[in-house]
Amino acid sequence: MRHWPDEGVSRIPYWVYTDPDVFQLEQERIFRGPSWSYVALSCEIPEAGDFIRTSVGETPVVVVRDKGGSIRVLVNRCAHRGAQFCREPHGNTTTFECPYHQWSYALDGRLLGVPFKKGLDGQGGMPADFENADHGLETLQVTMRNGVVFASLSDDVEPFEDYLGDTMAEYFDRVFDGRELHVLGYLRQRLPCNWKLMFENIKDPYHATLLHVFLVTFGLFRADQPSATRMDKTGRHSVLVSSRGAQTDSSITRSLRSYREGFELQDPNLLTPVREFPGAPTVVMQTLWPNLIVQQQSNTLAMRQMVPRGPAAHDLHWTFFGYADDTEEMTAIRLRQANLMGPAGFVSIDDGEIMRLSQDGVAADVNRSGVAEMGGRDTDDQDHMVTEAAIRAFYAHYREVMGL
Amino acid sequence: MTPDDLFAAHGDLLDESRLDEWIDLFTDDCLYLVIPRENVERGLPLAAIRCESRGYLKDRVVAVRETSMYAPRSQRHVIGASRKQPDGAMTASYAVFQTLTDEPTTVFSTGRYVARIIEGRFAELRCIYDSTLVDNSIVQPL
Repeated sequence: MRHWPDEGVSRIPYWVYTDPDVFQLEQERIFRGPSWSYVALSCEIPEAGDFIRTSVGETPVVVVRDKGGSIRVLVNRCAHRGAQFCREPHGNTTTFECPYHQWSYALDGRLLGVPFKKGLDGQGGMPADFENADHGLETLQVTMRNGVVFASLSDDVEPFEDYLGDTMAEYFDRVFDGRELHVLGYLRQRLPCNWKLMFENIKDPYHATLLHVFLVTFGLFRADQPSATRMDKTGRHSVLVSSRGAQTDSSITRSLRSYREGFELQDPNLLTPVREFPGAPTVVMQTLWPNLIVQQQSNTLAMRQMVPRGPAAHDLHWTFFGYADDTEEMTAIRLRQANLMGPAGFVSIDDGEIMRLSQDGVAADVNRSGVAEMGGRDTDDQDHMVTEAAIRAFYAHYREVMGL
Repeated sequence: MTPDDLFAAHGDLLDESRLDEWIDLFTDDCLYLVIPRENVERGLPLAAIRCESRGYLKDRVVAVRETSMYAPRSQRHVIGASRKQPDGAMTASYAVFQTLTDEPTTVFSTGRYVARIIEGRFAELRCIYDSTLVDNSIVQPL
């Protein structure tokens, strides 16, 4: 296997973004390992039999509510010969049936029926000792916190509360406070870069104050605003927290090269945030190992789920949501502010484009390394955004899990 | 301007990056949405681009031009003949091809326009794109 640079996590070797063997090891140790992957919001499948298709790492899964109201997560692979039995992206059903040989399964994954099990006119059929109970679908561990569903392919995963940790739970529960959630819609994009570059992007507040001219210009995210970077005790999860300032022509903002003086919106409704969460922060971006970003920028809320597609690409699935008790006006505000985010977002366009440049750059010479020394070389919490500490903390945990 | 002329002007002005003129194809209180078919079919309101007036359109054009970072690219719209639906909406199928520098041309988006046209301008234009999965980013309007 590869050798990590001697400097430690202040260097990121470029082969982590390109090496197919590293990618396969990530699938085994991270996505199929003892981690909790985000799979759905509970409100997406409110009734018994409701299901959606999604993925845990590269493993296709079906998230379904069973007859008793419990949420089950099943690997979307027939126990017979491996065909993906579920092709519909969402729907409602009483059983799952593989189209190939019509093996049918209960919503909890039990094998219910096998055509020709006893043969036809005394010919064929399964061996006498074939037991349906031995051939159910592979199922995942499932946990739910305030309407958000996570699943794990590993039986050794720790309880979700321990996995999340107290600090992360506090920020998580800020948005998921137990109120019923309501999905506003989906956006999805295929990003031509390794999945870790997406995580790094969100764990790096420093880039946002420079690259995202829109955010800086309108005071939504700026280096001179009160902010913090916090990690859990393992370093695998993190939050970036910041408080919105006014669009002011102060000497500080004028000195920022990213600030566009005199640019005013024709229709200010686009950016009229309403205070709805306790405390000063107006932006909380939380990354939860290994596949989720929880976005709260002003009033636009979204789950961003990462699905790796080989070392050089990943899909980003955005589920925008509000609360079931939102007023019509609040829903309208959330829908407007969604202009900032997604594949056509004033902010996110920059990220999709820059990550393509990153992947193209690193792939050209994988024996080199990136430098992550902003804010020092350690992995501690910081009370500002001029730091790459959360990236270093992420890679400290990554190296441990991967044995690199 | 006939509906076909209006759709053709929409495609041409976008392909030629004449975005300030493109805005003039819309009424003051227009609605312009770029929205995945998945959301439309599931009755979900969220759009990738939502402009609720001509002011919003200007803001998007200026914001992308002045504040966004993206690789140079060009677009080519091919828009089919428009048809009038029983409810009065004008619809047309479209394909948009994208060309990035040093890359072959690709099919970037296909879908359907659903428009309400008043006096030769769009009062509503919904661009409903077929595949929810977008190839990286939607930089220019579709």
